[in-house]
Amino acid sequence: MNKRSLVSITDYSKEEILEVLKIASEFEKNPNCNLLAGKVVASLFFEPSTRTRLSFETAISRMGGRIVGFSDASSSSTTKGESLKDTTKMVDNYCDLIVMRHPLEGAARFASEVASVPVINAGDGANQHPTQTMLDLYSIYKTQGTLENLNIFMVGDLKYGRTVHSLLQAMSHFNPTFHFISPKELEMPQAYKLFLDELHIPYYEHTELDDVINDADILYMTRVQRERFADPLEYEKVKNVYILKNSMLAGTKDTMRILHPLPRVNEIDEDVDDNKKAYYFQQALNGVYTRQAIIFKALDLKW
Amino acid sequence: MAAKKELQVSAVENGTVIDHIPADKLFDVINVLGIQSLENTVTFGYNLVSSKLGKKAIIKIWDKFLKDDEVNKLALVAPTAKINIIKDFEVAEKKAVMVPKHVEGIAKCVNPKCITNNQKVRTKFDVVGSSPIVLKCHYCEKLTDQEHIVII
Repeated sequence: MNKRSLVSITDYSKEEILEVLKIASEFEKNPNCNLLAGKVVASLFFEPSTRTRLSFETAISRMGGRIVGFSDASSSSTTKGESLKDTTKMVDNYCDLIVMRHPLEGAARFASEVASVPVINAGDGANQHPTQTMLDLYSIYKTQGTLENLNIFMVGDLKYGRTVHSLLQAMSHFNPTFHFISPKELEMPQAYKLFLDELHIPYYEHTELDDVINDADILYMTRVQRERFADPLEYEKVKNVYILKNSMLAGTKDTMRILHPLPRVNEIDEDVDDNKKAYYFQQALNGVYTRQAIIFKALDLKW
Repeated sequence: MAAKKELQVSAVENGTVIDHIPADKLFDVINVLGIQSLENTVTFGYNLVSSKLGKKAIIKIWDKFLKDDEVNKLALVAPTAKINIIKDFEVAEKKAVMVPKHVEGIAKCVNPKCITNNQKVRTKFDVVGSSPIVLKCHYCEKLTDQEHIVII
Protein backbone atom coordinates (compact mmCIF):
# COMPACT_ATOMS: atom_id res chain seq x y z
CA MET A 1 0.00 0.00 0.00
CA ASN A 2 1.21 3.49 -0.68
CA LYS A 3 1.66 5.30 2.60
CA ARG A 4 -0.62 8.25 1.92
CA SER A 5 -3.83 6.25 1.45
CA LEU A 6 -6.55 6.34 4.10
CA VAL A 7 -8.35 3.02 4.13
CA SER A 8 -9.01 2.35 7.79
CA ILE A 9 -9.13 4.76 10.72
CA THR A 10 -6.31 2.71 12.27
CA ASP A 11 -4.04 3.87 9.41
CA TYR A 12 -3.78 7.19 11.27
CA SER A 13 -1.73 7.53 14.42
CA LYS A 14 -2.92 9.78 17.22
CA GLU A 15 -0.59 12.52 15.94
CA GLU A 16 -1.94 12.19 12.40
CA ILE A 17 -5.53 12.43 13.63
CA LEU A 18 -4.70 15.68 15.44
CA GLU A 19 -2.77 16.97 12.43
CA VAL A 20 -5.76 16.40 10.13
CA LEU A 21 -8.18 18.03 12.58
CA LYS A 22 -5.93 21.07 12.68
CA ILE A 23 -5.85 21.27 8.89
CA ALA A 24 -9.67 20.87 8.84
CA SER A 25 -10.04 23.91 11.09
CA GLU A 26 -7.95 25.90 8.60
CA PHE A 27 -10.31 24.85 5.79
CA GLU A 28 -13.28 25.82 7.94
CA LYS A 29 -11.88 29.35 8.22
CA ASN A 30 -11.16 29.49 4.53
CA PRO A 31 -12.82 26.70 2.50
CA ASN A 32 -12.06 28.01 -0.98
CA CYS A 33 -8.59 27.65 -2.43
CA ASN A 34 -6.79 26.51 -5.53
CA LEU A 35 -4.63 23.81 -4.00
CA LEU A 36 -6.06 21.16 -6.33
CA ALA A 37 -5.70 23.26 -9.48
CA GLY A 38 -4.54 21.03 -12.31
CA LYS A 39 -5.31 17.86 -10.34
CA VAL A 40 -7.82 15.20 -11.27
CA VAL A 41 -9.59 13.19 -8.59
CA ALA A 42 -11.36 9.95 -9.53
CA SER A 43 -14.57 9.46 -7.61
CA LEU A 44 -15.44 5.76 -7.98
CA PHE A 45 -18.77 4.94 -6.37
CA PHE A 46 -19.50 1.27 -7.03
CA GLU A 47 -22.65 1.71 -4.98
CA PRO A 48 -24.67 4.89 -4.59
CA SER A 49 -24.06 7.07 -1.56
CA THR A 50 -25.29 10.53 -2.42
CA ARG A 51 -24.43 12.13 0.90
CA THR A 52 -20.80 10.97 0.96
CA ARG A 53 -20.25 11.60 -2.73
CA LEU A 54 -21.58 15.15 -2.62
CA SER A 55 -19.48 15.89 0.44
CA PHE A 56 -16.31 14.69 -1.33
CA GLU A 57 -17.18 16.44 -4.56
CA THR A 58 -17.86 19.67 -2.68
CA ALA A 59 -14.51 19.35 -0.91
CA ILE A 60 -12.68 18.77 -4.22
CA SER A 61 -14.54 21.59 -5.99
CA ARG A 62 -13.80 24.08 -3.22
CA MET A 63 -10.12 23.23 -3.61
CA GLY A 64 -10.22 23.84 -7.36
CA GLY A 65 -9.83 20.21 -8.44
CA ARG A 66 -11.52 18.32 -11.27
CA ILE A 67 -13.58 15.18 -10.76
CA VAL A 68 -13.95 12.15 -13.03
CA GLY A 69 -15.82 8.99 -12.15
CA PHE A 70 -19.19 7.36 -11.71
CA SER A 71 -21.88 7.38 -9.04
CA ASP A 72 -22.99 3.77 -9.23
CA ALA A 73 -21.61 0.54 -10.63
CA SER A 74 -24.17 0.27 -13.43
CA SER A 75 -22.40 3.13 -15.25
CA SER A 76 -18.96 1.53 -14.88
CA SER A 77 -17.45 -1.41 -16.74
CA THR A 78 -18.05 -3.57 -13.66
CA THR A 79 -21.31 -4.56 -15.36
CA LYS A 80 -19.20 -6.03 -18.18
CA GLY A 81 -17.38 -8.16 -15.63
CA GLU A 82 -14.26 -6.04 -15.17
CA SER A 83 -12.40 -6.80 -11.95
CA LEU A 84 -11.75 -4.17 -9.31
CA LYS A 85 -8.06 -4.61 -10.02
CA ASP A 86 -8.44 -3.71 -13.68
CA THR A 87 -10.76 -0.75 -13.04
CA THR A 88 -8.35 0.59 -10.44
CA LYS A 89 -5.28 0.12 -12.67
CA MET A 90 -6.99 1.92 -15.54
CA VAL A 91 -8.18 4.86 -13.44
CA ASP A 92 -4.82 5.04 -11.67
CA ASN A 93 -3.31 6.10 -15.01
CA TYR A 94 -5.62 9.07 -15.31
CA CYS A 95 -5.79 10.70 -11.90
CA ASP A 96 -3.88 12.01 -8.89
CA LEU A 97 -6.13 10.55 -6.21
CA ILE A 98 -8.86 7.92 -5.99
CA VAL A 99 -11.92 8.22 -3.75
CA MET A 100 -13.66 4.86 -3.61
CA ARG A 101 -16.95 3.53 -2.31
CA HIS A 102 -17.48 -0.21 -2.79
CA PRO A 103 -19.99 -2.75 -1.44
CA LEU A 104 -17.31 -5.42 -0.85
CA GLU A 105 -15.34 -5.28 2.38
CA GLY A 106 -11.61 -4.83 1.93
CA ALA A 107 -12.07 -3.37 -1.57
CA ALA A 108 -10.35 -0.09 -0.70
CA ARG A 109 -7.37 -1.84 0.92
CA PHE A 110 -6.93 -3.96 -2.17
CA ALA A 111 -7.25 -0.92 -4.45
CA SER A 112 -4.60 0.91 -2.40
CA GLU A 113 -2.22 -1.99 -3.09
CA VAL A 114 -2.94 -1.97 -6.80
CA ALA A 115 -2.88 1.81 -7.35
CA SER A 116 0.16 4.06 -7.37
CA VAL A 117 -1.87 7.13 -6.38
CA PRO A 118 -3.37 7.43 -2.87
CA VAL A 119 -6.78 5.85 -2.25
CA ILE A 120 -9.29 7.33 0.17
CA ASN A 121 -11.88 4.86 1.36
CA ALA A 122 -15.38 6.33 1.18
CA GLY A 123 -16.88 3.17 2.68
CA ASP A 124 -16.25 -0.52 1.98
CA GLY A 125 -19.41 -2.48 2.83
CA ALA A 126 -19.91 -2.76 6.56
CA ASN A 127 -16.18 -2.45 7.20
CA GLN A 128 -14.60 1.02 7.35
CA HIS A 129 -15.64 4.58 6.57
CA PRO A 130 -12.70 6.56 7.95
CA THR A 131 -13.70 9.97 6.60
CA GLN A 132 -16.98 9.66 8.54
CA THR A 133 -14.95 8.87 11.64
CA MET A 134 -12.70 11.86 11.07
CA LEU A 135 -15.66 14.19 10.70
CA ASP A 136 -17.13 12.74 13.91
CA LEU A 137 -13.81 13.43 15.66
CA TYR A 138 -13.70 16.94 14.24
CA SER A 139 -17.24 17.57 15.50
CA ILE A 140 -16.32 16.32 18.96
CA TYR A 141 -13.11 18.36 18.99
CA LYS A 142 -14.90 21.50 17.86
CA THR A 143 -17.77 21.27 20.34
CA GLN A 144 -15.77 20.11 23.36
CA GLY A 145 -12.49 21.93 22.68
CA THR A 146 -10.58 18.68 23.22
CA LEU A 147 -10.75 14.96 22.51
CA GLU A 148 -9.26 14.00 25.88
CA ASN A 149 -11.10 12.56 28.91
CA LEU A 150 -14.63 12.68 27.48
CA ASN A 151 -17.73 10.66 28.36
CA ILE A 152 -18.91 9.22 25.06
CA PHE A 153 -22.39 7.68 24.97
CA MET A 154 -23.29 5.51 21.99
CA VAL A 155 -26.95 4.65 21.43
CA GLY A 156 -28.86 2.29 19.14
CA ASP A 157 -27.39 -0.35 16.85
CA LEU A 158 -23.95 -0.94 18.31
CA LYS A 159 -23.62 -4.39 16.78
CA TYR A 160 -23.66 -3.58 13.08
CA GLY A 161 -23.04 0.17 13.13
CA ARG A 162 -19.61 0.61 11.59
CA THR A 163 -19.53 4.30 12.55
CA VAL A 164 -19.57 3.48 16.26
CA HIS A 165 -16.89 0.81 15.87
CA SER A 166 -14.50 3.12 14.04
CA LEU A 167 -15.23 5.99 16.42
CA LEU A 168 -14.50 3.70 19.35
CA GLN A 169 -11.13 2.74 17.83
CA ALA A 170 -10.23 6.35 17.07
CA MET A 171 -11.29 7.71 20.48
CA SER A 172 -9.24 5.01 22.23
CA HIS A 173 -6.20 7.30 21.83
CA PHE A 174 -7.78 9.97 24.03
CA ASN A 175 -8.59 8.39 27.40
CA PRO A 176 -12.38 8.25 27.02
CA THR A 177 -15.09 6.63 29.13
CA PHE A 178 -17.69 4.84 27.03
CA HIS A 179 -21.34 4.14 27.74
CA PHE A 180 -23.16 1.78 25.40
CA ILE A 181 -26.96 1.94 25.29
CA SER A 182 -28.56 -0.72 23.12
CA PRO A 183 -30.96 -3.65 23.15
CA LYS A 184 -29.31 -6.97 24.00
CA GLU A 185 -29.65 -8.08 20.35
CA LEU A 186 -27.61 -5.11 19.13
CA GLU A 187 -24.96 -4.77 21.83
CA MET A 188 -21.35 -3.83 21.19
CA PRO A 189 -19.53 -6.92 19.81
CA GLN A 190 -17.19 -8.81 22.12
CA ALA A 191 -14.16 -8.05 19.95
CA TYR A 192 -14.49 -4.31 20.65
CA LYS A 193 -15.03 -4.84 24.35
CA LEU A 194 -11.87 -6.95 24.48
CA PHE A 195 -10.05 -4.19 22.62
CA LEU A 196 -11.13 -1.71 25.34
CA ASP A 197 -10.24 -4.15 28.13
CA GLU A 198 -6.72 -4.50 26.77
CA LEU A 199 -6.29 -0.72 26.78
CA HIS A 200 -7.90 -0.40 30.26
CA ILE A 201 -10.54 1.94 28.86
CA PRO A 202 -13.68 1.89 31.03
CA TYR A 203 -17.07 1.16 29.48
CA TYR A 204 -20.55 0.67 30.87
CA GLU A 205 -23.45 -1.07 29.18
CA HIS A 206 -27.08 -0.02 29.59
CA THR A 207 -30.33 -1.16 28.05
CA GLU A 208 -32.39 1.92 28.97
CA LEU A 209 -32.11 5.38 27.46
CA ASP A 210 -32.82 7.41 30.62
CA ASP A 211 -31.13 9.94 32.89
CA VAL A 212 -27.87 8.01 32.62
CA ILE A 213 -27.20 10.41 29.70
CA ASN A 214 -26.86 13.31 32.16
CA ASP A 215 -23.14 12.44 32.41
CA ALA A 216 -22.61 12.57 28.66
CA ASP A 217 -20.29 14.95 26.83
CA ILE A 218 -21.24 13.40 23.51
CA LEU A 219 -24.42 11.48 22.75
CA TYR A 220 -23.82 9.54 19.53
CA MET A 221 -27.14 8.31 18.17
CA THR A 222 -27.45 5.63 15.46
CA ARG A 223 -30.28 4.23 13.43
CA VAL A 224 -31.66 0.77 14.09
CA GLN A 225 -31.92 -0.63 10.58
CA ARG A 226 -34.71 -2.95 9.61
CA GLU A 227 -32.50 -4.93 7.22
CA ARG A 228 -30.24 -6.01 10.11
CA PHE A 229 -32.97 -8.26 11.50
CA ALA A 230 -33.63 -11.74 10.18
CA ASP A 231 -36.90 -11.76 12.13
CA PRO A 232 -39.14 -8.73 11.44
CA LEU A 233 -40.81 -9.25 14.80
CA GLU A 234 -37.49 -8.59 16.55
CA TYR A 235 -37.17 -5.31 14.68
CA GLU A 236 -40.69 -4.24 15.66
CA LYS A 237 -39.82 -4.94 19.29
CA VAL A 238 -36.72 -2.75 19.42
CA LYS A 239 -37.28 -0.07 16.77
CA ASN A 240 -39.02 2.38 19.07
CA VAL A 241 -37.05 1.69 22.23
CA TYR A 242 -34.44 4.41 21.81
CA ILE A 243 -36.08 7.58 20.68
CA LEU A 244 -34.44 10.73 21.96
CA LYS A 245 -36.93 13.46 22.86
CA ASN A 246 -36.28 17.05 23.86
CA SER A 247 -37.74 16.49 27.33
CA MET A 248 -34.99 13.92 28.05
CA LEU A 249 -32.28 16.56 27.62
CA ALA A 250 -33.30 18.76 30.56
CA GLY A 251 -30.76 17.31 32.99
CA THR A 252 -27.90 16.91 30.53
CA LYS A 253 -24.72 18.99 30.58
CA ASP A 254 -24.87 22.39 28.98
CA THR A 255 -21.89 21.51 26.80
CA MET A 256 -23.25 18.11 25.75
CA ARG A 257 -23.79 17.68 22.01
CA ILE A 258 -25.84 15.13 20.07
CA LEU A 259 -24.23 13.57 17.01
CA HIS A 260 -25.78 11.28 14.40
CA PRO A 261 -24.16 10.01 11.17
CA LEU A 262 -27.50 10.60 9.32
CA PRO A 263 -29.84 9.75 7.74
CA ARG A 264 -32.07 9.53 10.78
CA VAL A 265 -35.48 7.92 10.71
CA ASN A 266 -37.26 8.43 14.00
CA GLU A 267 -34.55 7.85 16.62
CA ILE A 268 -34.20 11.57 17.28
CA ASP A 269 -37.55 13.30 17.62
CA GLU A 270 -37.84 16.44 15.51
CA ASP A 271 -38.51 18.42 18.69
CA VAL A 272 -34.80 17.99 19.47
CA ASP A 273 -33.70 19.80 16.30
CA ASP A 274 -34.12 23.29 17.77
CA ASN A 275 -32.24 22.46 20.95
CA LYS A 276 -28.73 23.94 20.84
CA LYS A 277 -27.43 20.52 21.90
CA ALA A 278 -28.51 19.10 18.54
CA TYR A 279 -25.39 19.11 16.39
CA TYR A 280 -26.06 16.58 13.62
CA PHE A 281 -26.62 19.05 10.80
CA GLN A 282 -23.44 21.03 11.53
CA GLN A 283 -21.72 17.65 11.85
CA ALA A 284 -22.53 16.93 8.19
CA LEU A 285 -21.05 20.28 7.13
CA ASN A 286 -17.89 19.47 9.07
CA GLY A 287 -17.52 16.52 6.70
CA VAL A 288 -16.55 18.85 3.86
CA TYR A 289 -13.73 20.52 5.86
CA THR A 290 -12.52 17.19 7.17
CA ARG A 291 -12.44 15.65 3.69
CA GLN A 292 -10.54 18.69 2.40
CA ALA A 293 -7.99 18.08 5.15
CA ILE A 294 -7.75 14.36 4.37
CA ILE A 295 -7.18 15.11 0.67
CA PHE A 296 -4.58 17.75 1.65
CA LYS A 297 -2.68 15.15 3.64
CA ALA A 298 -3.08 12.33 1.08
CA LEU A 299 -1.58 14.49 -1.67
CA ASP A 300 1.02 15.99 0.65
CA LEU A 301 -0.12 19.50 -0.32
CA LYS A 302 1.42 22.67 1.11
CA TRP A 303 -0.36 25.93 1.87
CA MET B 1 15.84 -52.79 27.54
CA ALA B 2 12.22 -52.05 28.35
CA ALA B 3 9.61 -53.58 26.09
CA LYS B 4 8.53 -51.11 23.39
CA LYS B 5 4.89 -50.22 23.02
CA GLU B 6 3.33 -51.85 20.01
CA LEU B 7 3.27 -49.35 17.17
CA GLN B 8 -0.13 -48.64 15.64
CA VAL B 9 1.51 -47.47 12.42
CA SER B 10 4.77 -48.98 11.24
CA ALA B 11 8.05 -47.17 11.84
CA VAL B 12 9.89 -44.88 9.42
CA GLU B 13 13.58 -45.30 8.71
CA ASN B 14 14.21 -41.72 7.60
CA GLY B 15 11.56 -39.05 7.37
CA THR B 16 8.95 -37.14 9.33
CA VAL B 17 6.31 -38.23 11.77
CA ILE B 18 3.48 -35.80 12.45
CA ASP B 19 1.83 -36.99 15.62
CA HIS B 20 -1.00 -35.75 17.83
CA ILE B 21 -3.16 -34.50 15.00
CA PRO B 22 -6.81 -34.26 16.13
CA ALA B 23 -8.51 -37.07 14.19
CA ASP B 24 -10.97 -34.76 12.46
CA LYS B 25 -8.11 -32.60 11.15
CA LEU B 26 -6.25 -35.40 9.34
CA PHE B 27 -7.65 -34.58 5.93
CA ASP B 28 -7.03 -30.84 6.42
CA VAL B 29 -3.39 -31.62 7.21
CA ILE B 30 -3.13 -33.81 4.11
CA ASN B 31 -4.55 -30.94 2.07
CA VAL B 32 -2.38 -28.13 3.41
CA LEU B 33 0.79 -30.14 3.03
CA GLY B 34 -0.18 -31.41 -0.41
CA ILE B 35 0.51 -34.96 0.68
CA GLN B 36 -1.85 -36.38 -1.94
CA SER B 37 0.56 -35.35 -4.67
CA LEU B 38 3.77 -36.67 -3.05
CA GLU B 39 5.70 -39.54 -4.59
CA ASN B 40 7.07 -40.55 -1.19
CA THR B 41 5.80 -43.48 0.84
CA VAL B 42 3.23 -42.23 3.33
CA THR B 43 1.32 -44.07 6.02
CA PHE B 44 -1.61 -42.74 8.00
CA GLY B 45 -3.22 -43.73 11.23
CA TYR B 46 -6.74 -42.50 11.78
CA ASN B 47 -8.96 -42.64 14.87
CA LEU B 48 -6.10 -43.96 17.00
CA VAL B 49 -6.56 -43.91 20.75
CA SER B 50 -4.94 -40.91 22.41
CA SER B 51 -5.01 -40.08 26.09
CA LYS B 52 -4.73 -36.33 25.31
CA LEU B 53 -6.96 -35.92 22.29
CA GLY B 54 -9.39 -38.81 22.59
CA LYS B 55 -9.00 -39.79 18.97
CA LYS B 56 -5.92 -38.75 17.09
CA ALA B 57 -4.34 -39.18 13.71
CA ILE B 58 -0.71 -39.69 12.73
CA ILE B 59 1.10 -39.24 9.44
CA LYS B 60 4.46 -40.77 8.59
CA ILE B 61 6.25 -39.60 5.50
CA TRP B 62 9.32 -41.40 4.24
CA ASP B 63 12.33 -39.30 3.17
CA LYS B 64 10.67 -35.93 3.60
CA PHE B 65 11.50 -33.16 6.04
CA LEU B 66 9.05 -30.29 6.43
CA LYS B 67 10.12 -26.79 5.47
CA ASP B 68 9.30 -23.84 7.73
CA ASP B 69 6.38 -22.64 5.62
CA GLU B 70 4.94 -26.14 5.67
CA VAL B 71 5.19 -26.17 9.44
CA ASN B 72 3.34 -22.83 9.46
CA LYS B 73 0.51 -24.25 7.41
CA LEU B 74 0.32 -27.24 9.68
CA ALA B 75 0.10 -24.92 12.68
CA LEU B 76 -3.07 -23.36 11.30
CA VAL B 77 -5.04 -26.56 11.04
CA ALA B 78 -3.50 -28.65 13.81
CA PRO B 79 -1.63 -26.49 16.35
CA THR B 80 -1.45 -29.43 18.78
CA ALA B 81 0.55 -31.55 16.33
CA LYS B 82 4.09 -32.64 17.15
CA ILE B 83 6.71 -33.13 14.49
CA ASN B 84 9.42 -35.76 14.89
CA ILE B 85 12.32 -35.94 12.48
CA ILE B 86 13.40 -39.55 12.15
CA LYS B 87 16.91 -40.66 11.17
CA ASP B 88 17.75 -44.38 11.24
CA PHE B 89 14.51 -45.29 13.05
CA GLU B 90 15.38 -42.90 15.89
CA VAL B 91 13.92 -39.52 16.75
CA ALA B 92 16.71 -37.14 15.71
CA GLU B 93 14.83 -33.94 16.39
CA LYS B 94 11.49 -32.80 17.77
CA LYS B 95 9.99 -29.67 16.28
CA ALA B 96 7.32 -27.64 17.96
CA VAL B 97 4.60 -26.39 15.68
CA MET B 98 4.82 -22.59 15.74
CA VAL B 99 1.88 -20.48 14.73
CA PRO B 100 3.16 -17.80 12.31
CA LYS B 101 2.46 -14.05 12.67
CA HIS B 102 1.18 -13.64 9.13
CA VAL B 103 -0.51 -16.08 6.80
CA GLU B 104 -0.82 -15.62 3.05
CA GLY B 105 -2.77 -17.60 0.51
CA ILE B 106 -3.50 -20.55 2.80
CA ALA B 107 -6.83 -19.91 4.49
CA LYS B 108 -10.16 -18.50 3.37
CA CYS B 109 -11.72 -15.44 5.01
CA VAL B 110 -14.92 -16.31 6.86
CA ASN B 111 -16.69 -13.14 5.63
CA PRO B 112 -18.74 -13.80 2.47
CA LYS B 113 -18.66 -10.06 1.66
CA CYS B 114 -14.85 -9.91 1.78
CA ILE B 115 -13.16 -8.89 -1.47
CA THR B 116 -11.05 -12.08 -1.30
CA ASN B 117 -14.18 -14.23 -1.56
CA ASN B 118 -15.56 -12.31 -4.52
CA GLN B 119 -12.61 -11.43 -6.73
CA LYS B 120 -9.23 -12.93 -7.54
CA VAL B 121 -7.39 -11.58 -4.51
CA ARG B 122 -4.90 -13.69 -2.56
CA THR B 123 -5.91 -13.90 1.10
CA LYS B 124 -3.71 -12.32 3.77
CA PHE B 125 -4.15 -12.49 7.52
CA ASP B 126 -2.51 -11.30 10.69
CA VAL B 127 -2.57 -13.99 13.35
CA VAL B 128 -4.04 -12.15 16.35
CA GLY B 129 -4.60 -15.14 18.63
CA SER B 130 -2.63 -18.36 18.84
CA SER B 131 -4.45 -20.60 21.28
CA PRO B 132 -7.02 -20.93 19.87
CA ILE B 133 -5.94 -19.44 16.56
CA VAL B 134 -7.68 -16.24 15.44
CA LEU B 135 -6.94 -14.74 12.03
CA LYS B 136 -7.65 -11.11 11.17
CA CYS B 137 -8.23 -10.45 7.49
CA HIS B 138 -5.83 -7.86 6.07
CA TYR B 139 -8.60 -6.67 3.73
CA CYS B 140 -12.01 -6.75 5.44
CA GLU B 141 -10.55 -6.74 9.00
CA LYS B 142 -12.97 -9.49 10.12
CA LEU B 143 -11.84 -12.25 12.46
CA THR B 144 -11.80 -15.91 11.48
CA ASP B 145 -11.55 -18.23 14.47
CA GLN B 146 -10.01 -21.68 14.65
CA GLU B 147 -13.19 -23.67 14.08
CA HIS B 148 -14.05 -21.64 10.96
CA ILE B 149 -10.63 -21.83 9.31
CA VAL B 150 -11.03 -23.29 5.84
CA ILE B 151 -7.87 -24.13 3.96
CA ILE B 152 -7.80 -23.14 0.31
